[in-house]
Amino acid sequence: MAQAAVVRAQGATLARTSAAAGPRVKTSAVVMTLYLVFLLLPIYWLFNMSLKDNSEILSSFSLWPQEPTLDNYRTILTDASWYMGYVNSMIYVVMNTVISVTVALPAAYAFSRYRFMGDKHLFFWLLTNRMAPPAVFALPFFQLYSAVGLFDTHIAVALAHCLFNVPLAVWILEGFMRGVPKEIDETAYIDGYSFPRFFVKIFMPLIASGIGVAAFFAFMFSWVELLLSRTLTSVDAKPIAATMTRTVSASGLDWGVLAAAGILTIVPGALVIWFVRNYIAKGFALGRV
Amino acid sequence: MDKTVNQKAWFLVLPVLVLVAFSAVIPLMTVVNYSFQDTFGQNVFFWAGFEWFEQVLASERIRDALGRQILFSAIILAIEVPLGILVALCMPRKGIWVSVCLVLMALPLLIPWNVVGTIWQVFARVDIGLLGRTLSELGIDYNYTQDALDAWITIIVMDVWHWTSLVALLAYAGLVSIPSAYYQAAKIDQASRWKVFRYIELPKMQGVLLIAILLRFMDSFMIYTEPFVLTGGGPGNATTFLSIDLVKTAIGQFDLGPAAAFSLIYFLVILLISWVFYTVMVNLDKKEGV
Amino acid sequence: MARIHLSNLAHSYSGTPRSEADYALKRLDLVWDDGSAYALLGPSGCGKTTLLNIISGLIIPSEGQILFGEEDVTQLPTAARNIAQVFQFPVVYDTMTVRENLAFPLVNRGADRDYVRRRVEQIADMIGMADVLDRAARRLTADAKQKISLGRGMVREDVNAILFDEPLTVIDPHMKWELRTQLKALHREFGHTMIYVTHDQTEALTFADKVVVMYDGQVVQTGTPAELFERPAHTFVGYFIGSPGMNVIPARVEGTSAHVEGVEIPLDASYPALSGKVEIGVRPEFLTLSKDGPGLPVRVRRIEDVGRHRIVRLEFFGREINVVVPEGRPVSQEMNRVVFDPARVGVYVEDRLVEGRMLQGRAA
Repeated sequence: MAQAAVVRAQGATLARTSAAAGPRVKTSAVVMTLYLVFLLLPIYWLFNMSLKDNSEILSSFSLWPQEPTLDNYRTILTDASWYMGYVNSMIYVVMNTVISVTVALPAAYAFSRYRFMGDKHLFFWLLTNRMAPPAVFALPFFQLYSAVGLFDTHIAVALAHCLFNVPLAVWILEGFMRGVPKEIDETAYIDGYSFPRFFVKIFMPLIASGIGVAAFFAFMFSWVELLLSRTLTSVDAKPIAATMTRTVSASGLDWGVLAAAGILTIVPGALVIWFVRNYIAKGFALGRV
Repeated sequence: MDKTVNQKAWFLVLPVLVLVAFSAVIPLMTVVNYSFQDTFGQNVFFWAGFEWFEQVLASERIRDALGRQILFSAIILAIEVPLGILVALCMPRKGIWVSVCLVLMALPLLIPWNVVGTIWQVFARVDIGLLGRTLSELGIDYNYTQDALDAWITIIVMDVWHWTSLVALLAYAGLVSIPSAYYQAAKIDQASRWKVFRYIELPKMQGVLLIAILLRFMDSFMIYTEPFVLTGGGPGNATTFLSIDLVKTAIGQFDLGPAAAFSLIYFLVILLISWVFYTVMVNLDKKEGV
Repeated sequence: MARIHLSNLAHSYSGTPRSEADYALKRLDLVWDDGSAYALLGPSGCGKTTLLNIISGLIIPSEGQILFGEEDVTQLPTAARNIAQVFQFPVVYDTMTVRENLAFPLVNRGADRDYVRRRVEQIADMIGMADVLDRAARRLTADAKQKISLGRGMVREDVNAILFDEPLTVIDPHMKWELRTQLKALHREFGHTMIYVTHDQTEALTFADKVVVMYDGQVVQTGTPAELFERPAHTFVGYFIGSPGMNVIPARVEGTSAHVEGVEIPLDASYPALSGKVEIGVRPEFLTLSKDGPGLPVRVRRIEDVGRHRIVRLEFFGREINVVVPEGRPVSQEMNRVVFDPARVGVYVEDRLVEGRMLQGRAA
């Protein structure tokens, strides 16, 4: 009640000041609009192209399709070598997200609650893996996964992506867990909760937004990565991103299909962002605000 | 928060350890192994000592790539950090526009990196791209596949397009956490807009900005896919950054020894710089914690 | 410095208030005398922070005017009003030293450098921070930071009033007392108008010359601490100030007596016929207990010893009332009669005190 009143008070204050300082607000709206236009223009151009057929792209130049066609999308959605790329990508991304968050949870808890031998070094060492250039690991990964017979499987890519996603998930979750008072743990133990039951029933709901953010980041970095996923797959688990690069060189550059494929890779990301939009700001600060 | 000493906590960290050991330590061992050996094929290796390291450190080509890499990282940090802060300051603070801006801004971050390359490849082409076409209509001689400067500018604009939102979102997170009392006090003290920024907003954003700089530095230093798709490292070697050069050496020419030595040096450079960032950050955390 | 007059003021956060309930601040007319120390007391959400922000110019009221002296400042921005404000959470500029913090308002107004240096040192002496002037502000404790906020307010010589928005919320208990004493001393010495918002009656009563009590968006009483105690103008004041608060008992009032459950309680004034919600209020301090003496029948439920006095919880026709028994007066479970001091019994209609016609001979 009191909180609400305060929030309203501040809201009103802001509203009034912004009304008073008219020109400044307009400047910021202009800057923001320009920036968003800058962000959206290249995407729009790709979308524009995806609705044209190849001859129209190459022969005429127009800001919107003269004869809009969905043929490019139809090509992708009916050709298994295309759409399986999406399926493969989704499979390993989801696998990676689940693995990363699952193993990161207990570790983050340990880092946020306890001091133990070598904890600081361990934490930094974990972070260094986030700093390792994937290019450095591409070849050794290829050899390692070939040797253990995992080459061209979804799990291989999912495990490889753990290299940078697990440290990141630990880091994010640790930030969120630090914000939960320790007294909650102690109270639960006094009430007779065992550690696993406490962790799942009480602690995890408390850091639900942190888990969401960690999952979002794991999803994001696994979804956008190409170098490792391409190196570790050939046919059965080939991601959509790799499908695209190969088609570019092979099919004599069908720009329309390429554009449509590109647009389709943006869709899952856009959906995920929409679901986490309320956590984006805090999420990007990795729980450290 | 006071942490209790508990060695059993190691068990909680164990799954992460096993996983990361499998996906990082074993491959890294392979790299170290290669970097000290030579081969004439048929999996016959012999000890090469520091030969590869000497070769890499002496290599003109790699030194050039390193120079380009540092220049690139410096330029994009110099553009993206101030621009990101500016965008964050211009973000609306409430209402439906917040969500709209957040979602649109995050969009480039979730596009697969090669698609980012493709988008800009298409967008900047002189024949079919909006940007390239517009520039040439304006009479500007622009072609990123032929001209080194044009290629550089295109890659930098692409990176700004791709990643500025990350800096902006982080800075925004820092900004919205500032209690309104600070702004009110500044108003009472008659502080100018610049002073509000300099003495209130910037200090409060310090922590998140460091995260932003750290992430942007690491990722720009490792950049591979986007320029690979856009320019393939060319024209000539004009946009061949470290990762591109490394992949060319390792997978293209299969020169495992030099590639491995190169990898290790590369990794160590990133590690060193990141360690400095990390130390600064941890110290800041401590100060904030008082 | 100037007298502050809130003339016919009201504020609603919604643009188009339809009913009384839409107003966060209901219509009021209030004068703050120059140089006095005021406390603005009320529970959370009663509109006191809104009122404070209206004075400082952070909120522009939807109706009415604010006058500083004769000047209408209603539309003036905060900076032009020469108001200082100390917030609930200490606001200091983290990256500056204490000295730079104190100088900030002066530097922003383009003051002469020599003057700034002298003035800052003078203020630092006043708030007792002369020896830490060159320390980084970030490293100081919460109470030191609050002192800096205060110093930043006082550093301008032309400051019209210093506003405090629950400034002791985050201060350690043992430092609260010290800071409050220091504030009081500063007020006595320099005579700034001070308005101190709080929900803590002890803070309000010890700090202020005059206390303004707010409840549900309106000012229910303005008075010295003694007036609030002895003659609460509103049942809320009676209940909110004092520990325990005033006993409020529904009653029928007729002429010079009140009737509770058919029992008569004498009053010291004569009242006309009253309608609506009629209650009598009497503070626990003005009740006297006895065994089998005169007065009304009660039963002792519990006796609490709180040191200086004892609080007796009584059952009085099925409801609980409290009596404060001062030290040295005997009290026991057997006591079963209570006497109301007629001069201290107030009559309230719809929560507001009504004045009766004084009976002859008691008017003094």
